[in-house]
Amino acid sequence: MKTKLRSLALAGAAAAALLASAASAQEFRYAFQADAQSLDPHGLNETFTLGFLGNVYEGLTTYDADMNLVPALATKWEVVDPTTWRFELRKGVRFQEGQDFAADDVIFTWKRATSKESGQKARASLIKDIRKIDDYTIEITTPGPVPTLARELAWLYIMDKEWSTEHNATEAATPAQAGRENAYATTHANGTGPFIVVSREPDVKTVLKRNPNYWGQPKTNVQKVIFTPISQAATRVAALLSGQIDLAYPVPVQDWKRINAAPGVTALTGPEARTIFLGLDQWRDELTNSSVKGKNPFKDVRVRAAFAHAIDLNAIRDKIMRGASWPSGLMWAPQVNGYNPKMNTPYKYDPALSRKLLAEAGYPDGFTVGMDCPNNRYVNDEKICQAVASMLARVGIKVDLLAQPKSKFFAKVLASGGYDTPFYLLGWTPGSMDVHNVLSNLIVCRDKERNRGKYNLGGYCNKRVDELTDLIAAETDPARRQAYIDEAAAILQKEYGYIPLHQQPLSWGVSERVSVAQRADNVLDLRNVVVKE
Amino acid sequence: MLLYIIRRLVQSVLVMLTVALIAFTLFQFVGDPINNMVDQDTTLAERERIRKELGLDDPVIVQFWRFVENAARGEFGVSYRLKKPVAELIAERFPATLELSIISAILALGIGIPMGVYTALNRERWTAKLFMTLSLIGVSLPTFLIGIFLILIFGVQLRWLPTFGRGEVVDLGWWTTGLLTASGLKSLIMPSITLAVFQMTLIVRLVRAEMLEVLRTDYIRFARARGLKDRAIHFGHALKNTLVPVITIIGLQVGAIIAFAIITESVFQWPGMGLLFVQAISEVDIPVMAAYLMLIAFVFVVINLVVDILYVVIDPRLRTES
Repeated sequence: MKTKLRSLALAGAAAAALLASAASAQEFRYAFQADAQSLDPHGLNETFTLGFLGNVYEGLTTYDADMNLVPALATKWEVVDPTTWRFELRKGVRFQEGQDFAADDVIFTWKRATSKESGQKARASLIKDIRKIDDYTIEITTPGPVPTLARELAWLYIMDKEWSTEHNATEAATPAQAGRENAYATTHANGTGPFIVVSREPDVKTVLKRNPNYWGQPKTNVQKVIFTPISQAATRVAALLSGQIDLAYPVPVQDWKRINAAPGVTALTGPEARTIFLGLDQWRDELTNSSVKGKNPFKDVRVRAAFAHAIDLNAIRDKIMRGASWPSGLMWAPQVNGYNPKMNTPYKYDPALSRKLLAEAGYPDGFTVGMDCPNNRYVNDEKICQAVASMLARVGIKVDLLAQPKSKFFAKVLASGGYDTPFYLLGWTPGSMDVHNVLSNLIVCRDKERNRGKYNLGGYCNKRVDELTDLIAAETDPARRQAYIDEAAAILQKEYGYIPLHQQPLSWGVSERVSVAQRADNVLDLRNVVVKE
Repeated sequence: MLLYIIRRLVQSVLVMLTVALIAFTLFQFVGDPINNMVDQDTTLAERERIRKELGLDDPVIVQFWRFVENAARGEFGVSYRLKKPVAELIAERFPATLELSIISAILALGIGIPMGVYTALNRERWTAKLFMTLSLIGVSLPTFLIGIFLILIFGVQLRWLPTFGRGEVVDLGWWTTGLLTASGLKSLIMPSITLAVFQMTLIVRLVRAEMLEVLRTDYIRFARARGLKDRAIHFGHALKNTLVPVITIIGLQVGAIIAFAIITESVFQWPGMGLLFVQAISEVDIPVMAAYLMLIAFVFVVINLVVDILYVVIDPRLRTES
């Protein structure tokens, strides 16, 4: 009897497993290297988490496949005066559990985003007040002019007031909180987006299904989505090659050949909006970890120029990035609002000039300097640093390279470690996809009070650039704003404040079963996924 | 006997305290957890607030005592990364690791011991020599390489077996099991073999060496002289006497299987404790790392205790002495 029961159970389970394992026609299975941190849209402000949740939740605006800003829950918006914006909200939208979307939900969302544990505080602080004109019209006032407001709002996902109140989730819950009383929204979701969360096991599997009542007409024909985080790159690639998943990202650049050679899968690549660059300590009076004592050679613009001209960006592209990097002269990528192609000329590779500049600056025999580099953060980060070190060696600079995992690297070089680095490699994607974000985080003088220049690890500081950054933050006329941006870029280039290297490649492995759009911010928007019949 | 067990338990508390202290000292060198918990736009003041709230600005020794105090109450804190109580996380992941470990241990013992006996008794036969050569390869190949090979052959080329995950699991409320579904069983095959290979080959070589030693002793010769059957000599006398050192090693190896499932679990994205630990390291999730290390220390302590008790059961001489 017992064995009979067991064999019955096994047979049933086997049948169920067979049904489950064959991917049905409109099922899409994909893997990323990590899981979404939480389902709370106001939890951690991190690209993957927000990108993933963007399939379930929506903001007032959004980005299309080519990173153009397009309407989402707002149908249109206008700038009434520099500090007042009027948004018209979409009518007839319902949340997935049936509640109506209206102005009160937007106001509620903003308030929730300002709560103590919210990861969206910085974004919410761009808004001073939201006035409800009627159920589908709101007026947002900002503390000062914020020309990028509509862009920022793409990432502030709207939650339903009723639902959040009912489940005691009116404040963002985070990580650090031991109390779990307001954590409902971290494990449950109720957005307006095209996909509904069916089940979720953190770190293991999340299943989504199509929202039949979605207001829009997205391109996708996918009915069911299975998302699995797979942390090891080799395992991720194997899962793709074996046909168990339809898309894996990121895949290692060195695996492109193998993926393209395998039947039914291809490597999809394009420039990411992330700029990789080198920074130099220009604020300490004595450089740390260097053979030069009693002074800081990087305070001399000739030394900075010598470094910039000693690095061959094309060689890095061809030898290390397998042809897939885009050498850059700017600290922001072409997809970033405010980019001007005329300004994007990389520093010329000229080792003879480098040696001459070093001699003029009083270092004819070069010097030794330490360099900090992550080894698991950016595409081929450590290899790039090694290449930079060997290129600098040719002009007499001996680089003492310290490549570490990102947790240790960031602990050393960021503010919490006292900006402990003489020379480093870092990458940056502006969250708002606007130049102002780059300027205010990386390029302005460090200012703790105003929370600016936090990632300006080398302490570059120019008063005019600071002024320009304030002007850019407030200027709503596009032509004048662009002129300010170009001026700031020119100053930075002339002063060799940073050494931009390149835009790194996006690297996805995709099955021929599906077609997808690869967005420059490395977000996979399920609205653009089509399964071939 | 009871006194002996109590004495051992007291010793194990000391062992675990030491492990905790060493762990906390090491945590100072793994990086800054705050960077992984906040985003680019978080102000410095906010970061400091979180650091303070988590008590990360306290001296190591203070953090250590706080951990010990809480742990004594069964309170292991909340994971920085997954925002869930660590005890709950480990309870969720434990079934996956335990099922994998038990299946691997059964494979390792079930194949290892008979193979060891066989190679000892038939030293000159070519099959025995083949087994020994294979076991040498098994001992020397790194686990992740075996895993990747299996994935490439049976997952990517032949497409017989799933390359990652646990398949469909059945939730029994207090336990999730992959043993009741076909996809769960299929998913178990490659990871359990990967994990078992090293232990198995080790056991083969160990059993063989011990067995050869015992077969040379006087009482075996005497047993033969008495005209006992080969079967009785080999299994009744020789194997039994081989087992004392073998059990010590096997006990520790079972602990090692659980502890070193880390590599196998990351290669196969097996959602067990080892994977949780690896991810905790890369994100500097101190509460998870601390709790995991304590749990592993506890497992080893318990296994050692069980092994000591088993000695007494197997070897009558120890009984009379105590």
